[in-house]
Amino acid sequence: MEKSEAVASVPLQPDLVKDRVSTSFKRKSKRNTRFISGLILPIVVVILWQTVSSLGWVTKIVLPSPLAIILAAKELILSGVLFTNLKISLVRAVFGFIIGGGLGLALGSFVGLSSRSEKLLDPSLQMLRTIPHLAISPLFILWFGIGEESKVLLIALGAFFPLYVNTFLGIRRVDAKLFAVSQVLEFSKFKQLKLLIIPAALPNILLGLRLSLGAAWLSLVVAELMGSTAGIGYMMLDARQFSNTDIVFVGIIIFAIVGKLTDSLVKWIEKHSLKWQDTYKG
Amino acid sequence: MEIKVEIKEKAFMKDQKSVQVLDDIHLTFNSGDFITVIGPSGCGKSTLLKIIAGLDVDYEGSVVIGSNEVKKPSIDKGFIFQEHRLFPWLTVEQNIAANLPLKKPELREQVNQLINIVRLNGFEKAYPKELSGGMSQRVAIARALLREPKVLLLDEPFGALDAFTRQHLQDVLIDIWLETKTTMILVTHDVDESVYLGTKVVVMKSKPGKVGHVIPIELPFPRQRTDQTFQEVRNHVLKHFEQLDQYSAVEG
Ligand SMILES: Nc1ncnc2c1ncn2[C@@H]1O[C@H](COP(=O)(O)OP(=O)(O)OP(=O)(O)O)[C@@H](O)[C@H]1O
Ligand SMILES: [Mg+2]
Repeated sequence: MEKSEAVASVPLQPDLVKDRVSTSFKRKSKRNTRFISGLILPIVVVILWQTVSSLGWVTKIVLPSPLAIILAAKELILSGVLFTNLKISLVRAVFGFIIGGGLGLALGSFVGLSSRSEKLLDPSLQMLRTIPHLAISPLFILWFGIGEESKVLLIALGAFFPLYVNTFLGIRRVDAKLFAVSQVLEFSKFKQLKLLIIPAALPNILLGLRLSLGAAWLSLVVAELMGSTAGIGYMMLDARQFSNTDIVFVGIIIFAIVGKLTDSLVKWIEKHSLKWQDTYKG
Repeated sequence: MEIKVEIKEKAFMKDQKSVQVLDDIHLTFNSGDFITVIGPSGCGKSTLLKIIAGLDVDYEGSVVIGSNEVKKPSIDKGFIFQEHRLFPWLTVEQNIAANLPLKKPELREQVNQLINIVRLNGFEKAYPKELSGGMSQRVAIARALLREPKVLLLDEPFGALDAFTRQHLQDVLIDIWLETKTTMILVTHDVDESVYLGTKVVVMKSKPGKVGHVIPIELPFPRQRTDQTFQEVRNHVLKHFEQLDQYSAVEG
């Protein structure tokens, strides 16, 4: 309110405020319609699926009905099995992500800030990057067995490269023109980092974070399905052995939900920390 | 601050060949001068300004401001770039304060005053993407002024603006100069602007960049563009400018 009043006294820019108000209205209604139109397809699919199952066109071992899956989920929740396993999976993912992502962020910053360390480290790291990290999993199992270490390390490896590459890229994308400004204004090294390099690199770092979380999650699924004695992946393996396809579906859905939630969290951080960005929004 | 510019030669490497951009430039400005520099595009005006600012030290010669030789950029040599170069992630007031603590009451007060001077009240919390070109350039001016530089260097600061905003900012600049007596060096390609603002107009010619004339403008402030004497002085400068431009066109 304060802003728009003050603006009115500046004769040069009367339509700027009007613009801002009307776009915020538009944006809100646009978001609602997008949400609703995004729901149409899934609802239709679920209805069709339930019909096909109820009519008995497919056996429940191949494709249990949505209702059966919900009942299975309910049972798993009530017995506590779901949460025990979910907790174990989450702990693995978080540990692996912190180790791999943290290392990626640290090394990416290091290599980005000094061209000497770039020459020393980047060629080797880029070479390792070309190996699909899941291809290393047999090796990890040979070295560390199917215990926690091999799982956490596989997740860490998956989380490392997206953050490493994007942090490095982000730092190198700092505009040389703004760098000249920081020299003219005599920024200290610390202020240069805080006011110039980190904010300029942030869009890339957050992208790296999202990709890293995705990779960590994928690695978790693979690691657990390769063999484990607890976790959501184990729950699914176990269910498969007894042809409890509904529980397999519950596992898939849990993986999807947690993956989506973490992705939304980063998106939310992006939206709030990058509101200065002026980009095409469709 | 007296400014002594002695550039024997400035060259850039282009396709492994050295191309001379500035040649034998000797200029002395007095403290409190308002110098305007005009010249054809590519004659080395920006290069000259960057050398004075200490942003470019790869040349033969020296620049002395006061009693110190310029070796690197510093806050007592304010620089306003052709484009505003604001930090897109900082709001207007954060951009003005930049590395200085906005939390300190004295600084807060100064920033508010400057926002008043450049008429940006109400936009303190806006991000650069929400500003027009003229508003952004005003923020850049406020950012430079907050540091109270002894010398303010401006590289075609109003080039991208419409005539109305440009005239307003020219008057703002004159007011600030009259009040603070900061030595100003302003590059422009607009003869009108050079005469309206300058106490001395440096006319450059190109290939390589040299000083053609230094023309003192003795008109009192505030100046009137429509005055007959203003028009006469302007035509005088324009004549020199066109003459030099012709020569350099022939030589090149
Ligand atoms: N970094 C650079 N590397 C190579 N050549 C350069 C560089 N900067 C400028 N030049 C050359 O130096 C010459 C002078 O450039 P400068 O930017 O100083 O011109 P200017 O007078 O400011 O032109 P304008 O009025 O168009 O801004 C040009 O021929 C340009 O090609
Ligand atoms: Mg220029």
